[in-house]
Amino acid sequence: MFEDSVPLAHYLTLSAVLFVIGIVGVLVRRNVIVVFMSIEIMLNAVNISLIAFDHYLNLSNGQIFSFMVMCVAAAEVSVGLAIIIALHRNKPTVNLDEFNLLKW
Amino acid sequence: MLLKLTCLVPLFPLLGSIINGFFGLRIGKNAVGIIACGSMALSFLTSILIFVGFLMLPEGQHVFEQAVWTWFGAGDFSVDFGFQIDPLTLIMMFVVSGVGFIIHVYAIGYMHEEYSFYRFFAYFNLFASAMLVLVMGNNFLIMFIGWEGVGCCSYFLIGYYFEKKSACDAGTKAFVVNRVGDFAFLLAVMYIFNVFGTIDFTEVMHAAPEKLVYAGEAVTLITFFLFVGATGKSAQIPLYTWLPDAMEGPTPVSALIHAATMVTAGVYMIVRCSALFNLAPMTMMIVAGTGAATAIMAATIGMTQFDIKRVLAYSTVSQIGYMIMACGVGAYTAAIFHLVTHAFFKACLFLGSGSVIHGIHGEQDMRKMGGLKNYMPVTYWTFLVSTLAIAGIPPLSGFFSKDEVLYHALMDGNIIFWGMGIGAALLTAFYMFRLVFMTFHGESRVDPSVHPHESPKVMTMPLVILAGLATVGGILGIPLFHGWHILHNWLEPVLHFDLANALQHSEHMLHEAGKHAPSWAHLLNPKEHNLWLEVFLMAFSACVAVTGIVAAYIFYIKRPDLPEKFTKGQWGFELVQNKYGVDELYDGVFVKPTVEASHLLWKEVDAKAIDGTVIGTAKSVGWLSKQAQAFQSGFVRNYALFIAVGFISLLLIMF
Repeated sequence: MFEDSVPLAHYLTLSAVLFVIGIVGVLVRRNVIVVFMSIEIMLNAVNISLIAFDHYLNLSNGQIFSFMVMCVAAAEVSVGLAIIIALHRNKPTVNLDEFNLLKW
Repeated sequence: MLLKLTCLVPLFPLLGSIINGFFGLRIGKNAVGIIACGSMALSFLTSILIFVGFLMLPEGQHVFEQAVWTWFGAGDFSVDFGFQIDPLTLIMMFVVSGVGFIIHVYAIGYMHEEYSFYRFFAYFNLFASAMLVLVMGNNFLIMFIGWEGVGCCSYFLIGYYFEKKSACDAGTKAFVVNRVGDFAFLLAVMYIFNVFGTIDFTEVMHAAPEKLVYAGEAVTLITFFLFVGATGKSAQIPLYTWLPDAMEGPTPVSALIHAATMVTAGVYMIVRCSALFNLAPMTMMIVAGTGAATAIMAATIGMTQFDIKRVLAYSTVSQIGYMIMACGVGAYTAAIFHLVTHAFFKACLFLGSGSVIHGIHGEQDMRKMGGLKNYMPVTYWTFLVSTLAIAGIPPLSGFFSKDEVLYHALMDGNIIFWGMGIGAALLTAFYMFRLVFMTFHGESRVDPSVHPHESPKVMTMPLVILAGLATVGGILGIPLFHGWHILHNWLEPVLHFDLANALQHSEHMLHEAGKHAPSWAHLLNPKEHNLWLEVFLMAFSACVAVTGIVAAYIFYIKRPDLPEKFTKGQWGFELVQNKYGVDELYDGVFVKPTVEASHLLWKEVDAKAIDGTVIGTAKSVGWLSKQAQAFQSGFVRNYALFIAVGFISLLLIMF
């Protein structure tokens, strides 16, 4: 079967690479929007591995779970964007390092 | 039944104290005075009713006990808040409430100019209440409540003029010195509970001959601790130093607390515990010796003082020495007799001196008095009568009581005690008349700007009453006809002690313990009442008193230059005038080291060690927090890094 011509390891590698890109993005970028996008990348990296496992193990749990993740991600996006707008109203910048008022 | 009124006697002054203390400023001086004196009068009248009720008790019953409520209980040990009425208590009740009432009336006049009039009377009433609890309690702990209560009120009243440093110091001194005695008293009570399993007076005194070995260790220690308690309250060697300083208080306080009632609490307590003291010959020896030594030592100091109240204070110490000596030779009746007559004449003397001080506007130095006889005749005559009484001139009360003490000191004690007693009697007559002559006779040395005047009636009437009592008080114990001694017969049920029976028990107990019992047969020889010896002693001590008076007359009226000549530059005189340096000695041995040690503890241990530990802990926690603060950079990406690093290291550890 041609579907099987792509081995599981490739999917997992892709997933890992995307996840690491996401982590690095969160860690090194200062732009709030970019950080936020990186988080989304991490979530989708996990989705890829979930669906890959689902397929190779002949289960449907993984697909359901990835839908779950998407729903949560959608909700999270709305909340996250709202927070970013609120932040922007308080301080006209998107630089994350300038939001350090809550430390003592 | 009239005896049911018992608990009201201390309650009236307590109520008076509460009312005066809380509302005194609002209700005005007149109302305060009426409430204070009225509560004492009610207390006195109730005492009379109780006396009548007591006389109506069936034959053979000599104690009435009233438990008001159970104070506390633990296991099979319970203490009632209870009162008891017996002949001894009745005498003390009459002295406290009667003399107390008279002095309360006097105080209205004496304290009238004071702003804190109400505060004075609140404390004064509280004192009377505590003193009544002390003498009426039916067990050691109730007595202890009163014991501490009177000490506390004494502290309040000595420090009444609290804006004066010396008064505050005197109050503190009295309180602290008393605490020494109180602690010993408490030890004795614990020991008594340990031995008897109860602290009820009646039960303890009843069980004493059966549970304690004559001259045994237990009874000796118990009585010794009780006696140390008595030396604190009754100002005996070695704890007498607070009493002369206590004269910083207002004069009515000196009269009521530091002459008539509180300082006799120790004597009362010893008489109350006579059943224990009778079993402890060694303690009795100490008691008698201390009493005799105090009597003569205080008398010598009294001769050299110039402050009118201090002379009377030393005189009080000396007279209480007599009472303690009487207790020590087993003459409890004589002790109580002297206590009662002393309450009369010493209260009168103190009030008289207060009247003098009042009349010349607060001067207390006898060198600035003199010739006051004509200005204040009532004060003079009452003062003279009381002085004659204390000097022991027949037929005034002091003569009979002092004589009885001396007679017993000779018969039941030994000739040394008697010698010291008669020596003190000579000195008493001398210094008391020195006081009278310096104050009332001779040339006036009063400051010319001061116009001496007689005190108002409210002050002189109490003087007259007390002088009257001091005159006739001797009736209580005219000893000439054996078996006629009123006080002796009255106290017989309290003091009755079967020595033969007690010795038998002791022998039995020693045999059971497998020990050899010494022979006590010689203790059982009854001593005959030697009428002629007593008459001779009476005549002798009257002569001694007259000698003292004549000596004082020569020294202070006839040849006023003599005292100067005799005393100038004499180291002996200066030693006595400085009170034998006892105050300095105590100061050096006890007070200074304590203060310095406390200072050391404060500055070094408390401020440096303890505070250092506490503050150091706080500081090191703060320092650690400072270090930890670096983690909280406020950069979100840092936190994310920590999460990532943490997660990765977790993974590494797991796999």
